[in-house]
Amino acid sequence: MRGSTGLTAMAVAIGVVALGAAAPAIAQADTQAEIERYRQMLQDGNPAELTVMRGEGLWKQKRGPKNAGLEQCDLGKGPGVVKGAYAELPRYFADVDAVMDAESRIVHCMATLQGFDKAEITKKPFSGAGQRATDLEALAGFVVEESRGMPVSLPQSHPKEIASYQRGERAFHFRGGPYDFSCASCHEGEGKRIRLQDLPDLTQPEPAKRAFTTWPAYRVSQGALRTMQWRMYDCFRQQRFPELKYGSQTAIDLITFLGVTAKGGKMDSPAIKR
Amino acid sequence: MRPDWKILAGGAVVLAGCAAMPGSVSDAEVTATIRSSFAERGIARLDRLDQSEMQRQCSAYSGKQLPVAVKEGIEKAALAAVRYPADGKYLGDWKEGEKVAQSGRGLQFNDTEKTVAGGNCYACHQLAKEEISYGNLGPSLYNYGKLRGSSEAIVKYTWARVWNSHAFSACNHMPRFGAAGILTEKQLKDVMALLLDPASPVNN
Repeated sequence: MRGSTGLTAMAVAIGVVALGAAAPAIAQADTQAEIERYRQMLQDGNPAELTVMRGEGLWKQKRGPKNAGLEQCDLGKGPGVVKGAYAELPRYFADVDAVMDAESRIVHCMATLQGFDKAEITKKPFSGAGQRATDLEALAGFVVEESRGMPVSLPQSHPKEIASYQRGERAFHFRGGPYDFSCASCHEGEGKRIRLQDLPDLTQPEPAKRAFTTWPAYRVSQGALRTMQWRMYDCFRQQRFPELKYGSQTAIDLITFLGVTAKGGKMDSPAIKR
Repeated sequence: MRPDWKILAGGAVVLAGCAAMPGSVSDAEVTATIRSSFAERGIARLDRLDQSEMQRQCSAYSGKQLPVAVKEGIEKAALAAVRYPADGKYLGDWKEGEKVAQSGRGLQFNDTEKTVAGGNCYACHQLAKEEISYGNLGPSLYNYGKLRGSSEAIVKYTWARVWNSHAFSACNHMPRFGAAGILTEKQLKDVMALLLDPASPVNN
């Protein structure tokens, strides 16, 4: 009955919008209350659970040219430790002498442990609307689930971790493209809204915590589990930038910038969103 | 083998001391990193990452106080480059303008050259009061014309505002709908009518 509850709530929300013409101010407040109620109702059940289960299976399954599982993957807390790893990523990895986020580390492990071709597995990292999650999405879902309830705590001791944060902050404020937008155009400053969609001020700890701890998330409107890499990718699409590369340095830097700001937030992902 | 974090961290304190200094990440490193992180797709070429002088300055002072000289420089240059309609006609059809204001399409990497771009005005502004789904990144424009009238000065100011908003408030976040070629001259005239025509729902 999960689906029908959500649809009813959506219908209620739309109904309020339609009625709203008579008294805009009151209707707008009502609409926001209804959207909030719709979000609450969504929390009842999360289809991402199925994807997480598939991810766990993929993690353990012997696959790839080397016919190996991912159980020896070092996500930063030592080989084989998945519990709590996501809450501390991105971080510096000595074996590659670079800062990696959860998703690029999963790709790295698939390449080194299982022998998969990196370019091949990152060719289509995101599923289409309503399609089955990609392997990368399912694996990210499994890894993040294993950090649920854990405090966000990205290390900032290695110089490359600090540099990643600093570049992330600069990338956040980098204005470009035909619309002159930066991330900050929408995500710096309090109480901002696009249409009726609230925009979190990602330079502030509380909104940053809410954002960082709730991705990956199941997006009801797209019927898909969306990851943090996807979140960055799709923001840049709307920013009218070229296509952000999966696992690129700027993606990692921005996730570092957000994650450091979100320090102390409790992981609550996969979440469920509109 | 895990590195000894205590030793590493000890070294990092010294390094971090330097790395945390303002400007320790050079502009060149920032732009090179960003450039290497994107791929061209369709109409969205990599040259979109080549910042104009305005974009560069506005990025550098993002979230900070803009020095007066920088502010005046950007505003003067923007105002001087405004192209007003050659036929002297500023107001088109407000009904078409409303469509432009509603549409958020155009110029994304999954759009094509043929995609008709919108102005997406409602994303940030209140306009007609019937539309309650509006954002608040910009001021309310409800009753825009009713409150200001339609003197030549107001009409020309409004045109320039939509053409390149940096002419009046440097480094604000409104796209340069005329200067950046987002909307056509006809679309701009239609949006002008939406704002200024007494018959427009914005003024009723």
